[in-house]
This record gives sequence, structure tokens and C-alpha cells, in this order.
Amino acid sequence: MEFAFPEYNLRLMAPEIFLFLWALLIIAYDVLTKRKSETTAGYLALAGLMITGLILGFTGTGHGFGNMFVSDTAAKFFKIIFLGSAFMAIGSSFGIMREKIVNHRGEFYGLILFSTVGMMFLSSSNELLSLYIGLELTTIPLFVLAAFFKDDKLSVEAGIKYFIVGAFSSALLLYGISFLYGLSGTTDLVQMKINIAITHLTFQNIGVILILAIVLVVAGIGFKLSLPPFHQWVPDVYQGSPTPVAAFLSVGSKAAGLIAFAKIFVNGLFAFHHPDMAPNDWGRLVALLAVAAMILGNTVAIRQTNIKRMLGYSSIAQVGYIMIGIVAMNALGMAAMGFYIFAYMFANMGAFAAVAIVEDKTGSCEISTYSGLARTSPLLSATFAVFLLSLAGIPPLAGFMAKFYIFAAGIQAAQHDPGLYWMYWLVGIALLTTVFAIYYYANIIKQMYFAKEPSPHKVTYNFPALTVLLIGLAGLFVFGIYPEPVLHFASGIASSFGIIP
Amino acid sequence: MESQILTLVTFFPLLGIVLMLAIPKNQHDSIKSICLIVSFITMLLSFWMYAMFDPIANGMQFEVDIPWITSLGIHYHMGIDGISLLLIVLTSVLSVLAILSSWISITKAVKGYYISMLLLEVGMIGVFCSLDLFMFYVFWEVMLVPMYFIIGLWGGPRRLYAAIKFVLFTMFGSLLMLVAILYLVFAYQSYSGEYSFDMLKMMELPIAYGPQLYLFGAFALAFAIKVPLFPFHTWLPDAHVQAPTAGSVILAGVLLKMGTYGFVRICLPIFPEATVAYLPYICVLSLIAIIYGALVAMVQKDVKSLVAFSSVSHMGFIMLGIFALNLQGIEGAVLQMINHGVSTGALFLIVGMIYERRHTRLIEEFGGLAKVMPVFATFFMITTLSSIGLPLTNGFVGEFLILLGAFKANTVYGIIAASGVILSACYMLWMYQRVIFGKVTKPENEKLKDVNWREKLILIPLVLIIFWIGVYPKPLLDRIEPAVKQVLTYVSKATTVNIGEGIQIDQARTTDEVEIILGEVDPVKVGSEGMEE
Repeated sequence: MEFAFPEYNLRLMAPEIFLFLWALLIIAYDVLTKRKSETTAGYLALAGLMITGLILGFTGTGHGFGNMFVSDTAAKFFKIIFLGSAFMAIGSSFGIMREKIVNHRGEFYGLILFSTVGMMFLSSSNELLSLYIGLELTTIPLFVLAAFFKDDKLSVEAGIKYFIVGAFSSALLLYGISFLYGLSGTTDLVQMKINIAITHLTFQNIGVILILAIVLVVAGIGFKLSLPPFHQWVPDVYQGSPTPVAAFLSVGSKAAGLIAFAKIFVNGLFAFHHPDMAPNDWGRLVALLAVAAMILGNTVAIRQTNIKRMLGYSSIAQVGYIMIGIVAMNALGMAAMGFYIFAYMFANMGAFAAVAIVEDKTGSCEISTYSGLARTSPLLSATFAVFLLSLAGIPPLAGFMAKFYIFAAGIQAAQHDPGLYWMYWLVGIALLTTVFAIYYYANIIKQMYFAKEPSPHKVTYNFPALTVLLIGLAGLFVFGIYPEPVLHFASGIASSFGIIP
Repeated sequence: MESQILTLVTFFPLLGIVLMLAIPKNQHDSIKSICLIVSFITMLLSFWMYAMFDPIANGMQFEVDIPWITSLGIHYHMGIDGISLLLIVLTSVLSVLAILSSWISITKAVKGYYISMLLLEVGMIGVFCSLDLFMFYVFWEVMLVPMYFIIGLWGGPRRLYAAIKFVLFTMFGSLLMLVAILYLVFAYQSYSGEYSFDMLKMMELPIAYGPQLYLFGAFALAFAIKVPLFPFHTWLPDAHVQAPTAGSVILAGVLLKMGTYGFVRICLPIFPEATVAYLPYICVLSLIAIIYGALVAMVQKDVKSLVAFSSVSHMGFIMLGIFALNLQGIEGAVLQMINHGVSTGALFLIVGMIYERRHTRLIEEFGGLAKVMPVFATFFMITTLSSIGLPLTNGFVGEFLILLGAFKANTVYGIIAASGVILSACYMLWMYQRVIFGKVTKPENEKLKDVNWREKLILIPLVLIIFWIGVYPKPLLDRIEPAVKQVLTYVSKATTVNIGEGIQIDQARTTDEVEIILGEVDPVKVGSEGMEE
């Protein structure tokens, strides 16, 4: 028997390898220079992300490591989102570097980059084990990052909470993965899709094991995605963690959970989406969780007094909307999912950057701090208002286009398939909760603009944070008015998952 | 240039926003001047467009159709017919007057205010130009933000409540509309194989009766909230009373018309069968709005909320005219949209003028103003009479045509609606009497200054329009008529419609025949005969 080496195709992995080495370099640099410079490590990290982006642009598509690693449109699209959210998180972190994190700047940036590497591996994984490892590599640095303010009780609490929940959910996910392996005899997602379908066709019924696997995987990834009822950690962790970390958690980590979810369900369990497959279908289960996310996120957010908690609940709701795209399971839905997270990146990272800027100045994240801010800091208020309006889905901002595509995907699915008529209800609930959402987003704008007294604070901008605000602003307007290029790119996600438009 | 006139008119105010952003915020005079000049040029452009418009031609004019988001078949598709033409001209005129009216009264955050006004103008004109449902929706929503700020930042004591109420009401309706739009798009896709958001193509799309009812319901709810039709009107008094004068003028003058415009442009032609099915309900709601709005207006203590409730009543007339589903009714409704914009806009401006002087709007605080402010009283008289619909003013022509249409459609509706005219005379004249006539009871009122040249400049154009439409509405009706016939053709094409006096039009007839039948009664002639009596 002749033994053939698998084709490694290391060049496909060039962005990840580079970013990993760069992260090591930053940590080493910070230690070697005796942690003197406040900003150099940060700028190095930003430069590293930009170079990685360039390398990603030149990396072709294909498979490596014996089909374990794949570089396709979906992977690339999500890698851009990871790099972008890491870039914006780091950009908004220069304020806390000056005062709060004095001794461990290199580690802070290094960990964000490690986590980004993990996400990039995750989005390129083509089978369950490397997917799991990618997810762990994503999450473990985030545990540390959440607890980075060592002297702050809330931050430590956030770290521990996130750690326990994260470890627990990883275990559930792994358990679910082992069932999937047992059912299909393979960890390769494409092979699994075929094997499980054949098993189902042969025996007519695959049995309760698949239900168990589906529930466990949904729970495991549901924790990362903060889908109710697995969302309890979100507000506390967001509130306690350093603001840039909370931002990164809300976009980067969510996007990672999303691609993992899509890989397992949309690709691996492709056949078990439709109600015809009941009780083994996952479509209605996920739809139910999406409904819970939209209702709970949008209603509880109304009552929050801390802006980070409010953005936390809003992010729970936003995931609910994205899930409509996944449940729709059509080409439009996949593109919509991609575009939604892309638009969400600009809006949410921008919003957190604005929160970070205000927090650096006032030390507070209470919504009442924002009262009358428009008169002393017009630029910050205007951009923050735009981010919130985009999250609320007001045209012509990118957030509106994103919601529009999600709703379009849902309605298309409902119309083309009588078995999916309940998608109308899903979209209907999404609409109704959008109206709630407008209330609490508008509440912040009301605080900033309609207060009688001008705010006692006048924020100051550092250059990277200002850049993040402007990137967010530009992204929302440009991709809101002309989304075609991104949408065209995102429509490739569907074919990556084997969905033919 | 001529083919791009719609793009130019719609987006010209953006130029003003860009210029204003470049000016420091404390240079109030230059900000105001730029805003005024830009909106004035927009108005001139819309006049130019009016001059170029061919009143005889059928169909859309100045059409622009450029692919925008190709993967979903969204086009940058603009075009106007007579209905949208008049509404665009109305918008641009009222915008100039509204900006002029805020010259002194707006003192805080001046830059933001004028930017909002211009943004609002872009949205409003955009809605009337769009022939692509996606664009229509975008413009429809874009206006929410500036209006939210105008009410919430520069409004009265309860402005925060009014602002968020306005946004939530509108948003709720418009999101339902969004779903209906998406449903239509995918229905069109399975019908023809391509994505399209084109309104004109949707009018050709056959839709089954069941879905039509839902879709009409979704669109109608969005539009009915905007109109506002009776039980959805509760945001209107709040928003009107709390908004600054210019905000009320725009709100009453243009924003409400977007609802009725939506009915004429989208609901009637795209869902003809559902229109017929919903007809009795909407007519009854319109009648309730007419009577209820008038009765509530009668007992108001505040002049501004009186005018606001009179809007509910008048918009009920317009809705009744549209759903009379005959040439006279819809023509009258479209004309009345313009009339209501002009006369209610003028009333709000006048209320704003006394509010600036006295800082109160309560009727009991006034009395005997005729002696102190004779010119003001004259202007007030003319607009009041126009709002009532006295012959020789614009209100008469519109209401007469609507009533004519309503009587043809259903005598009972016509009789009830006609009683609304009497009620409107009651509350308007009673209010006028208490404010203007009698003795000067309050010492504060003795030294009020009469209208100054700026205020005259605002009111004179409106008074001229009031008389022009009242005496010679033919140019307007000529432009409305082909458009209305087009709408009625769609309504009659798909279903059997009773277009008054027992004329049955059914599927078998061709478009030409329908037009001949529709042309039997010349509304202009009828209107002028009415005036001679």
C-alpha cells in the first residue's frame, strides 16, 4: 500500500500564519522595550491586521491539509469581518491603554490577534474537529481579555462568568459533535452531509440520536451566539469587560459562532432543515430561538440604564434577525446573513467605539451620562446617532439594507415552499420587534440631543478612535447606498455551502 | 438636463446640506440664507418641470431607469404623472415658505434645523418621484429621522412624547409595507422569472384574490396611519401641536398627502380586486373621520389642535374621494390634496404668527384682533374660508368634485360627507369669530403688531394660489385627469367596477372603451357650473 502525503497547501494558510507570528512579535516587542511606549504596540497590531488583509486578498481559493482546511468565498468573507472587527476593536482601545492597562499592552493586543487567528481558522475549517479547535482558540483568549481589568470586580466577574459558560458550552458542542460523528462515521462536513442523508434514506428514520445531536450543537453554539435561553452571560460580560473587548465579543465572536453554526447546519445537516424531516428538522427549533432572541433582546433592552448592557441585549436581538437568514436556507438567505453581519460590524463596532470614547472621558457607561452630549461633542453624537439608526434599520444606512435582505430571504423561503409558511410569522415578529428596537435606540438619541442642559463633559478623541468612528460612518453610508459589490461577494457564501441559487 | 430633471429636483437640496455643513454653526444668517436660496432654486426647478410637463400625454414623464442593485432587480426608477407633478410643486413651494416662517422663531441649534428641513424636502420629493417600490420605501423612511428631530428638538412642551409616538406609529405601518413589497417582488419573480421592484410592472402582475387582501391590508395600514384615517389618527394631534410651525406646515401640507398618494399610486392600481373588497370599510372609516374630526375640532381650546383635527376631517374627505372610485372623486381628491396643503399650511403659518406674538394659542386668550391687526385678520379670513370650501376659493372646487363623486358612488355616503362641510363651517367660523371679532378683552392683545413684510411674503403666494385654484382650476385638472384615468383603467381592468350612474365596466372592454366611458362627464365643466350658481 502506497502512502500519499496529504497536500498541505500552506500558502492558503498564509494570512493565519502571518497573523499568528505577528501577535508573538507584538508581545515580544512590548516585553523587550520594557513596556515604555503607550501606543506602538497598538499601531503594530493595526498594521499587522492590515497586512493580513492584504495577504488574504492575494490568497487564492482551494483546499489544504487533506481537505481539513478550505479557502472559499464564505471563509474569505468572514475573515474580512474578523479582521475588520479586530481592527476596530483595537482602534478603540487606545484610550484605556493610557490609564487602565499599563503593564500588559502587548498581551492585550496579542490576545486579540490570537483570537482573530482562531476565528480565521474556524471559518476555514472543513470538518468538525478543526472547527472545534478553531472555536476554542477563539474563545480562550477572550476569557482572559474579559477579565483584563484585574482590579475591577466587575471585569473579573465577567471573565469568570464567560469562562464557565464558555467551557460548559464547549463541552456540549463536543458532545453533540461526537454524536454527529457516530451517526455519519466521518468528521468531514461534506461527507457527513452525504452519509447522514444516505443513512436516513436507507432506514427511513434516523432516530432520536440526531435530535440529541442537533439540540446539543444548537446549545453549544447558541452560547457563543447568545441565542436565548443561552444568553444570560451576555449583559454581565459586556458590562464588565473592557469596552473594546465587549465590542470584539459582540461582533467578531458572534460572527465566528455564526459561521460555525452555518457550517454544521447549513452545510453538514443540509437535508434536515425542512419540516418534512420532522422530528429531525432543526429549522423550526432555530426559528423558535430566533423569535425568543428578537423578543427578549428588544424588550429587555428598553429597560436598561447601562449602555453596554443595552447594546448587549440589542446584540442578542440582532442575532435573532441573522438567524432568519439561516433558517430561510436559500441563496438569498446566506447572502443576507453575510451582509447583515458585515453591516452590523460597522454599526456595532462604531457604537462601542463611541461608548469607549465617552467612557474614557467620563468613566461611566450609564445612559444618563449621554444627556446633552450633542451640544458639547457634536461629532461624537452625530456619528453615534448614525450607528444607532443603522442598528435600528433606518434607510439609507447599511443596517437597513441588511434587514431588508434578511426579510427578503425569509419571505422568499415562505413563498417558494409551502412547508415553510411559518416563515411569514417569523418575519412578522421580526418586524414587530424592530418597532420596539427603534424605541430604545431613539432613547439614546433623545438623551444626546433633546436634553435641556448641555452635558458637563466634552469628549476628546485620539486618532485611532476617531478613525474607527469615521470608518463606521463611511461604511454605513457607502454600503447602505451602494451595497451591490458586497452583496455580490456575499452571494458566494451560498455556493460555498453547496446551495445553488 | 431635461431628462434628469427629477434627479435634479429631488437631490438639489442635498447641495444645501453639504454647503451648510461647511459653515461654522454660529453663523446663523449665512446658514439661513443658504437654506432659503437652495430651497428657492429647488422651487424654481420644480416650476420649470411643471412648464415642461406635457399635460396631454399619457403615462409617466421624465422617466429615468438605471439599474441600481442588480442582484435584486432594484432600479433607480423615477417618473412623474400629473398627480406627482402637482404634489412635487406643492412640496417645493411649502418648503420655501416653511423655511421662511422659521426665520426668527428658531433660535437654538439653527444649523441642525435647516439641515433637517432640507433633508425632509429630499425625502418628500423622492417619495413622489419614485416608481421603484424600494426607492419609494427608502424615501418614505428617510423622512422619519429629520421629522423626529424637528418635533423632538424644536417642538413644544410635550415634544419628546409626540416625536417618539410619530416615529413608532409610522414605523409600524411602514414595516408592514416592506413585507408586502417583498412579497410582491417574489410573486413577480415566480410570475416572470426576474426580480423587479418596478411599480409599473407590478400593476401588470396578476395576484390571486386571497394574497391581494393581505397585501392591500399591509399597504393600506401604512398609508392609513400616514393619512391618518380614523382609528390611526391619534399621533396626529400630538405631533401637530408639539411640532414647530414649519414642522406642522410640512406635516399637514405634504406628509399626510404621502398616505393618500400611496393609495392612488400603489393600492388602487396594483390591488384592484382588494380595493373593491375593502371599499365599504374604508368609506365608512373616512366618513367617521370627517364627522369625528369635525366634532372634536369644534371643542378644541387651542387653535393649533383645532386645525390639526380639521386635518383629520379633511383627509377623510380626500379618502372618500379616492374610494368613490370614479373620475370626479379621485380628481377631486387629488386636487383637494393640493388645496389642503395650501390652506392648512397657511392656517398653521397664521397660528404660528400669533403664537410668536403672544406665546399662547388658546382661543380664549384672544378676541378683537380685527381692530389690532386688520391685515392679519384679512389673511386669516381668506384661509379660513378656503378651508371651509367657500366658492371662489380652492377648497370649493376640490370638495365639490369629491362630493359629486361620492354621490355618484353612494348617495348615503354623499349626504353624510356633505354634512361634514357644514360642520367645518361651524368650527372654523366659530373659532374665527372668537379670535378676531368682538372687543379686545385682554390688555396684552392691544399692542400686537400687524404682519410684517416677511410674513406678508409668506402669506401672499398662498392666498394667490387659493384664488387661482378657486377661479381657474383647469390647468391643474387637465394635468390630473390623464393620470386618474390611468389609475381607473387599472382598477376597472381586473374587476367589475361600478363607476357611478350604473356604468359597468368589466374585463371584456378594452382600455380605449374604458377611457371613453370615463370621459363622459367633464369635471371641469361641472366644477365651473357649480361655481356660477
